[in-house]
Amino acid sequence: MSIIVEGASKNFGDFVAVDDVSITVPDGSLTALLGPSGSGKSTLLRIIAGLEVPDSGRVLIQGNDATRIPAQHRDVGFVFQHYAAFKHMTVHDNVAFGLKIRKREKAEIDQRVQELLALVHLDGLADRYPSQLSGGQRQRMALARALAVEPKVLLLDEPFGALDAQVRKELRAWLRRLHDEVHVTTIFVTHDQEEAMEVAEQIVVMNVGKVEQSGPPRELYEHPKSEFVMGFVGAVNRLGSLFVRPHDVDILQRPEPGADEAMIEHLVHLGFEVRVELILAGGDGLWAQITQAEAEQLELEKGQIVYVRPSRGRVFDHDGSPSGDGTPSTEELQVA
Amino acid sequence: MLGSSRASRWGLRGFALGYLALLLMIPLGMIFFRAFEHIGPAFESLTNPDAIHAFYLTILVTAIAIPLNTIFGVGCALLLVRTEFRGKALINAIIDLPFAISPVVIGLSLLLVYSETGWLGDWLSANGIQVVFAMPGIVLATVFVTLPFVVREVVPVLHEVGDEQEQAARTLGANWWQTFWRITLPAIRWGVSYGVVIATARALGEFGAVAVVSGRIAGQTQTATIWIAEAFSRYDTQGAYLGAVLLAVLAVSILVAMNVFKRKEAT
Repeated sequence: MSIIVEGASKNFGDFVAVDDVSITVPDGSLTALLGPSGSGKSTLLRIIAGLEVPDSGRVLIQGNDATRIPAQHRDVGFVFQHYAAFKHMTVHDNVAFGLKIRKREKAEIDQRVQELLALVHLDGLADRYPSQLSGGQRQRMALARALAVEPKVLLLDEPFGALDAQVRKELRAWLRRLHDEVHVTTIFVTHDQEEAMEVAEQIVVMNVGKVEQSGPPRELYEHPKSEFVMGFVGAVNRLGSLFVRPHDVDILQRPEPGADEAMIEHLVHLGFEVRVELILAGGDGLWAQITQAEAEQLELEKGQIVYVRPSRGRVFDHDGSPSGDGTPSTEELQVA
Repeated sequence: MLGSSRASRWGLRGFALGYLALLLMIPLGMIFFRAFEHIGPAFESLTNPDAIHAFYLTILVTAIAIPLNTIFGVGCALLLVRTEFRGKALINAIIDLPFAISPVVIGLSLLLVYSETGWLGDWLSANGIQVVFAMPGIVLATVFVTLPFVVREVVPVLHEVGDEQEQAARTLGANWWQTFWRITLPAIRWGVSYGVVIATARALGEFGAVAVVSGRIAGQTQTATIWIAEAFSRYDTQGAYLGAVLLAVLAVSILVAMNVFKRKEAT
């Protein structure tokens, strides 16, 4: 089911959580709401779920105005960061909850619960209580519980935020596969750009209650429309008014036109890649990302004087938006 | 540092134990001892119809007042924790009043409203309802003094449980009642039980407020505590002791029940 939010705003007292936001989520897609804390992404998700009522604006689910429909009747699956497991119920009863509320036959419920537990790899744990599960297992149980009622839309609020790095990585890949299998329109909230890039087909970047930019991950990375987006979806260096990705910094051994003198402050070996931390003559810091092979070829050493030149960069206006007439093609400098 | 050395640790323990012994354990032990010293006449005194009626009345009043305050307490706690409204701080403060005000004052204030010459007196007598010097008055007084217990036990538990489970239930299609019955109540059940237990113990032992509004009519509006006090004042000390023991056993078994709840909660 497609989801459209039109001009939604929500204040909590003096705090503007969501400020005139409009987004479109296509049917069957997997979309990430990405932004720092306080950017309004969770509030927007809760507005879509019906857990918050917007002060103004509308929510359309499959073309129907759902703004005033309470969460109870909205047919959305919601997964919370801290699982919201029903602690006094077994795993089976947690997953069966929505079906029991809908007064389904017991045999049907048992069969459905079994299927779902298999889907989330919790077979055999049906009689456990949430307190006997690990964090990752609890979150998969919460997912099975949300999917049990065959929701039109699946909404996940920082679903992996409370888990440790290894489990988070596994669950990300697993969520992708699950989405390929179940194909329910899914929106998840995250503050982790890597997670958004890895899992989502479409990313909506939010900042201080507004949408900064939305599009496929690659488009956001390659063509950020603002300083904020460029900095949020990937690492960035600032050279005067020029914003440069670390892998777009060339390191040269001899002075050349357009190249600045810099000293290597640190060399950090990250396996395949090497992070070169530099100090420019003016005292500003800068870092470049190159491959191990390149680093070896250049025979880089700590303390060495080299020359750096951006191969590609971006200039934004002072208000953070792209310079020029504001067309999507921001001013891009190709120095070669 | 306080409590760091062996001697001071034992000293503190001895002090705490001695304090409890002088204030609680020795007096209570004496009552038990005295009650069973001349068990024959004491038993006779306690089995006369007025005494039996007094204990019956205490249990009946408790059985009415506690469910009322349990429903009110859970509802009020939900209101205070889960909703935002003007005047919340005021309600919060008012709920604690029975903790602060002496039961005798509570009794007198009830008289001012519900007695024949009281604020609602004309209306009540016109409709043939007798509150003061009758069962309704005793129930009112008991409800008043036990008002805060369930609320005060449930409020922190509701805070701790949070509302995410309730929100999850809503998104799964549960209405308000289903969410309360299947999610909220099971989550706060030990808090509620704990509150009910202390409120019950308090209701069984209530004296001051009930003494004022009941009229203390033997065989009619005399509760267990009042019967004990009257027995003592007419020099039926054996009866008074055994009555006190019976009341103490009731209250102590309630406290034991509370400790069972506490232990369950800890697991």
